[in-house]
Amino acid sequence: MINSGDTAFVLFSAALVMLMTPALAFFYGGMVRRKNILGILMQCFIILCVISIEWVVYGYSLSFAPGNGFIGGLQWLGLNGVGFEPYADYAATIPHQAFMIYQGMFAIITPALIIGAFAERMKFSAFLLFTILWATLVYNPVCHWVWGVGGWFKNMGALDFAGGTVVHISAGVAALVTAILIGRRKNIEHSTPTPHNLPFIVLGTGLLWFGWFGFNAGSALAANGLAVNAFVVTNTSAAAAGLTWAIIEWLKNGKPTIFGTVSGIVAGLVAITPAAGFVSVMSAIVIGMFVSVICFFAVSVIKPALKYDDSLDVFGVHCMGGIWGALATGLFASKAVNPAGADGLFFGNPKQFMVQAVTVLATIVYSVILTVIIYKVVDLMIGMRVTEKEELMGLDLTQHHERAYTILE
Amino acid sequence: MKLIIAIIQPYKLEEVKEELYKSDINLITVSEVLGHGRQKGVTEVYRSARETGNLLRKIRLEIAVNDNFVEKTIKAISKGSKTGETGDGKIFVLDLNECVRIRTDERGPEAIG
Repeated sequence: MINSGDTAFVLFSAALVMLMTPALAFFYGGMVRRKNILGILMQCFIILCVISIEWVVYGYSLSFAPGNGFIGGLQWLGLNGVGFEPYADYAATIPHQAFMIYQGMFAIITPALIIGAFAERMKFSAFLLFTILWATLVYNPVCHWVWGVGGWFKNMGALDFAGGTVVHISAGVAALVTAILIGRRKNIEHSTPTPHNLPFIVLGTGLLWFGWFGFNAGSALAANGLAVNAFVVTNTSAAAAGLTWAIIEWLKNGKPTIFGTVSGIVAGLVAITPAAGFVSVMSAIVIGMFVSVICFFAVSVIKPALKYDDSLDVFGVHCMGGIWGALATGLFASKAVNPAGADGLFFGNPKQFMVQAVTVLATIVYSVILTVIIYKVVDLMIGMRVTEKEELMGLDLTQHHERAYTILE
Repeated sequence: MKLIIAIIQPYKLEEVKEELYKSDINLITVSEVLGHGRQKGVTEVYRSARETGNLLRKIRLEIAVNDNFVEKTIKAISKGSKTGETGDGKIFVLDLNECVRIRTDERGPEAIG
């Protein structure tokens, strides 16, 4: 039975999630040097184009069509049979295609997250091939494990409300792998490049926070109390995390920074994503506070110590935040919030924590292996990295023959 | 004729302009530049990564004057920009060979004022 309120809510949520990819483009675009911002914007927007097509042609079928535990079937290729009647296994009150397009926006933003790791040095052609292969071979299967009918995470009882494992951990791991494989940027030994436009980073964060209500509350797939819970805990976690990061900086570095505060906000949004439909608002405060401690440690201690050049801290914020969020779901989940969910460790069910840990580990292992293989294959076929001269001149001019900013007029 | 080039703190520009106007010096070119002297730059922090020795924003003034205006100009710039701390800046005075007012083709000291 189609419910018009639910349908309107999910369609609007899909539009909100769509906006997150342009938001991410500005979040990342502000962080790079001015010679590379168009490269970032282009990569994000071409993903919007490419994965939108991939999704309706075969991605949705591989992710969500009934299949085996590992991957969906091919019966929904080209949206064959995906119509305007509800498909009750996913959402009983909205047209099947509304669910499809909502999920498509998740498929788009996930590979876009990885961009931050290899920013400022990847060849555009190689990036494009890498992205298509990664979406097909990593995103689609992991999406099926978590949310697809018969997916093995789902059958195991794993809780992932809006995509902590499938979106943030899988992309965050791929980010670390690609950052290590492509190597450090040139001439950054003595000084790390500083962000060229902090206001863009802040603008991007504002739009991400806004879009994230669609990401998390929309994952209830109905305009109901569960959606309200997800909306409230999402806002609360983001707020707690942003505040915590600012306080840590204040204590440790002497001054709170806007860049640190928005990094905390994004980390808080990441961490609450898998938990949004299962935890209470007080738990969300704790989840938000801890994620900033963890991610601050990752970007300010682990990264400099290990010397990998994850340019825009995709691993430090998305992967570490995603891991914490998935595990925290196993700690703080409560049937009092969502009877269809499960209780976590702190509510007397240690088994849920173990299930969450298994899903985290499996996602990490699978994403590492596949990302390495895909990277190596594309590197052999067309070469991943731009030449040193192209890197120094910037990707805007060398990959796209454009400049973002002019000096005269 | 002299060309006076001064590098000053950006936040002192308004005071310097004020002093110059008081001394009847109205011709001035201003640009934003980067640099540092004994101050040795600033430390900026991005996601806890400390960037020391970054170039500082400074203001560069260029003023062409006739010889009888040189001291007045130096005094005005100095009065407007001095705080007594490192980073106040410098004033350079260079000989100026020629000056042409494009509108009238006037040359030399006539053209400056």
